Amino acid sequence: MTLYPLTCQELVELVTEYLEGTLSPAERARFEEHLAVCPGCQIYLDQMRQTIRTVGKLTEESISSEAKQDLLQLFRDWKGV
Amino acid sequence: MSTMQQEAEQPVPAGAVAPADDVSLVEALRNGDEAAFTSLLDRYHALLVRLATMYVPDRAIAEEVVQETWIGVLRGIHRFEGRSSLKTWIFSILTHCAKTRGQREGRSIPFSLLWNPDTEPSEPAVEPERFRPPDDQWPGGWVSFPESWNDIPEERSLSRETLSIVRQAIEKLPPSQREVITLRDIEGWTADEVCNTLGISETNHRVLLHRARSRVRRALERYLKV
Repeated sequence: MTLYPLTCQELVELVTEYLEGTLSPAERARFEEHLAVCPGCQIYLDQMRQTIRTVGKLTEESISSEAKQDLLQLFRDWKGV
Repeated sequence: MSTMQQEAEQPVPAGAVAPADDVSLVEALRNGDEAAFTSLLDRYHALLVRLATMYVPDRAIAEEVVQETWIGVLRGIHRFEGRSSLKTWIFSILTHCAKTRGQREGRSIPFSLLWNPDTEPSEPAVEPERFRPPDDQWPGGWVSFPESWNDIPEERSLSRETLSIVRQAIEKLPPSQREVITLRDIEGWTADEVCNTLGISETNHRVLLHRARSRVRRALERYLKV
């Protein structure tokens, strides 16, 4: 089977698999071949990496102090058993 | 305060081993160390509530489910063998409690997790209009390149406003996409941990992650546009 070069439109659909490391060696070669000659897709991949980095800066909200007090009481009751 | 639940018996992923710092934490819990329990609450409670809402959308019920989960954790801690990580074990108790409660509320499995990529409409990562049409000389190529973000100073790209935009984009995602990106990219869980906890295949999880990240990237791009 001949593998034709990727188009940009196809590449953007493969970015997640590329970053996960789940592309087959052949697919990865096609991906990187296209990337090497395409500034647009280089920028896109970089944007995706930055997006992931930025998402990583978010933190989960913390437990409310009320819930924490309730659960600590639960813990003390359990301890007492 | 809800009544004590039966200990949940949880299946454990084969080969999973509890990390070293789990061992001291488990020991401390067994000894009734309040700081140990508090650290678990700080680390996992909010996330447990989020995941519970996938099974029981009513927030108040979700909080009850999580309370039952903590009770299950305390009831089971003496028998916890460390064959899985503490985290995996806690979240598997959550899933058990949430599914049980979900059934009582009239739902067995969240629809979002029944989502099947083969039958769902496709969702392109980037709007098709941004690529040249099939009859063009360069079909599938960018009409115009995306803008580089490298020259944007960090005060802007990581500002509170930017983070708020990203958070809003995530909150707007379909629930299954939102939970996958939250667990993977905010909480730093591995693909395996996400798949085991949510009970989805690796392929499904990857499709959900792909769509979630693509939407968030698009929101960020719109916001950062010069």
